[in-house]
Amino acid sequence: MTALELARWQFGITTLYHFIFVPVTIGLAFCVALFQTRWHRSGEEHWLRSTRFWGKLLLISFALGVATGIVQEFQFGMNWSNYSRFVGDIFGAPLAMEGLAAFFVESTFLGLWIFGWGRLSKGVHLACAWLVAGSTALSAYFILAANSWMQHPVGYKMAEGKAELTNIASVLFNNTALYAFAHTILAALLTAGMILIGVSAWHLRRGNETEVFGGAMRLGLPLVAVAAIVTVFVGHFNGILMTRQQPMKMAAADAVFENKQGAGLSLFATGDFKSNPEGLTRDIEIPNLLSWISTGYPRGEIKGINDINREYRSKYGPGNYTPIVAVAYWTWRAMIGCAMAMFAFAAYGWWLLRRGRLQQSRRFLKWAVPAAGLPFVASATGWLFTEMGRQPWVVFGLLKTDVANSPSVGPAEVWISLVGFTLLYGVLAAIAGSVFVKTVRKGPVEAGKAEEPGQELALAY
Amino acid sequence: MDAYTALQVVWFILISILWLGYFVLEGFDFGVGMLFRVVGRTENERRAILHAIGPIWDGNEVWLLVAGGATFAAFPQWYATLFSGFYLALFLILLGLIVRNVSFEFWGKGESERWRTRWEWAMIGGSFLPALLWGVGWANIVHGVPIDARHEYTGTLFDLLGPYALLGGLATLSLFLAHGAIFLNLKTEGEIGARAQAVAARVAPVAAVVGIAFLIWTVASHAGGVDVPSAVLAALAAVALVAAALLAGRDPARAFAATCGAIVLFFTALFVDLFPHTMVSSTSGAFDMTLSQSASSSYTLTVMTVVAALLVPVVLLYQGWTYWVFRHRVSADGFDEVKSPLDLLDK
Repeated sequence: MTALELARWQFGITTLYHFIFVPVTIGLAFCVALFQTRWHRSGEEHWLRSTRFWGKLLLISFALGVATGIVQEFQFGMNWSNYSRFVGDIFGAPLAMEGLAAFFVESTFLGLWIFGWGRLSKGVHLACAWLVAGSTALSAYFILAANSWMQHPVGYKMAEGKAELTNIASVLFNNTALYAFAHTILAALLTAGMILIGVSAWHLRRGNETEVFGGAMRLGLPLVAVAAIVTVFVGHFNGILMTRQQPMKMAAADAVFENKQGAGLSLFATGDFKSNPEGLTRDIEIPNLLSWISTGYPRGEIKGINDINREYRSKYGPGNYTPIVAVAYWTWRAMIGCAMAMFAFAAYGWWLLRRGRLQQSRRFLKWAVPAAGLPFVASATGWLFTEMGRQPWVVFGLLKTDVANSPSVGPAEVWISLVGFTLLYGVLAAIAGSVFVKTVRKGPVEAGKAEEPGQELALAY
Repeated sequence: MDAYTALQVVWFILISILWLGYFVLEGFDFGVGMLFRVVGRTENERRAILHAIGPIWDGNEVWLLVAGGATFAAFPQWYATLFSGFYLALFLILLGLIVRNVSFEFWGKGESERWRTRWEWAMIGGSFLPALLWGVGWANIVHGVPIDARHEYTGTLFDLLGPYALLGGLATLSLFLAHGAIFLNLKTEGEIGARAQAVAARVAPVAAVVGIAFLIWTVASHAGGVDVPSAVLAALAAVALVAAALLAGRDPARAFAATCGAIVLFFTALFVDLFPHTMVSSTSGAFDMTLSQSASSSYTLTVMTVVAALLVPVVLLYQGWTYWVFRHRVSADGFDEVKSPLDLLDK
């Protein structure tokens, strides 16, 4: 493999891995702050136990997220120096702002929250929890603003072969970024909600701590049901915007090769996804739905891959402007399928809860545990779709991926770091997973009792 | 083209300050990590040591992330050349930092002796690698590395491991060790504090000798004769290093001030030596990268200046407040008596 291909694998592996922890951290930070607020207001002891129990799970995720986050910032320079030279004038700004405005707050106030029990007043301590939650979301905003510029470059001019910033407000308030932010934060809440449901179900099946886990269910089920459906709708508007900004990605998502009016949505397709429509056997299709999803009108026109390719060849020069269609097609479906499944699942659970039958429904409680894997599949496939669907561009319309890597870095070096990071990340995943499961099984600690010395003083150490 | 503009100088200074903040703050975290098993002998002692840096280490590390992000934003060409050029060195630093971060969090999460021992070695190795390699890296930046006309690094990892660079690595390694030992001496009570003091008294003189040797080499080898401002700073750094060596066994507060001063002066001497370049080419002086060649547009620099002016004072304020909240000394005794969170919160 070439250094370029290896660098792409490395980016994919490290980024998808990092993004396991990002939505968990963002979502759980808000849930924990909410539990602590309930405790603060009501003084009911089980909310305190909830805060501390979910807080521990938050910290496990946070530890891995922080550790793998440094790689994210460094690898632009390490593997993608040509990209960094090209976009640095624009792309670096939101990254630096993230550090200054969000990450300092997040890490400092998380330290205060962990070690501040008893040292800070209750109100200040609660404020720390909300500051952590708020700054995780702010952090996501800056990163998504940077990513959105790669999807839809705005507020720049070209100078000496590089993109130069002309308007920071356009970059920070890029409409692509606003939609991506809403979509991502909702997905983070959805992820946290599924974890609340899965973990609570495991304990409720065993009749443990019904106050703590009943409380988590009463938050988790409506949260997932609402967040899932709103995420899908935001994603829908996101899709309409994307059809305008990156029509090729949307065409690839549905493997539409030729321009089509009133296109149907294919639910399942077989074939090689490479040639023209003859090569693709459509098995199940919902009429007009694709046009409606992509344009907002049932008779709207969907541009086909071949037509867009022709258009881009005349605009950007010879070459192939098609991403891997099979990847775009299936990741898009996996993402939406998972969201729909989570919605149905949580809505059913919510209904059980309201009828007072949740704890008796052993089947629901049993399935809730594996179902907690769904949001991770949705996030991973969502990012794969977003990033691989943009190919061959790294910055849409401006810079192609195959010229963006570091000229001074050879395949041997990328092999070493790729293997090193992958092995380390694998080991850490196994360890973090076992610590997570152990913490979950142990459950909340009763007030007045400690698991072991020192554990009560700080959640983490 | 001029070598620099006023805004570029502002950002060179600001990035230098971010690195200084990073080395002063995470410098003692590295030292504490490396000394974890030496200074802490029992489980409770080690737990106390973790609590000495627990609330602050993550905030300290953000200084690095911001230094990296600010370099990307203000000097993208520097960021691109440096990060792609020092590829494997940075890879090793990242491995160290990841393993170390995780070890802080996971050390107390298992009951078995073996579990904790493994994380202790992860912490020691993960603190050792960056403490050594940051010195190696900065020595190379100042001294020059093979860079061609397109500002691409043309060497290998082994080109970064010359005697001067290795001496630089030993200088930061010993300095951070001394800094961490003195910090623990200041921050802990009882036997841990006494052991930390004994280590500090032994390591600080070594740090002084190695550090001064490195500074002399730096001043003497500056291209085109001695750079006076850098030499003055190096001399002041030498004074601080000697002061730290003399105070380490006796007065932890003053000794800590001396190692903080030594780290600031040591790196300031390097940054002043580097100015007005961002990278020095050992291939040809014509390929040196100036601030202007490395910098973002003046519009981007202006935007970032406004952002930094608004946010940096706030950051300093709440980070300072955190240090104030956790100003108490930690002792191993605190971990024998178990308190419930409710008892703590009722105080």
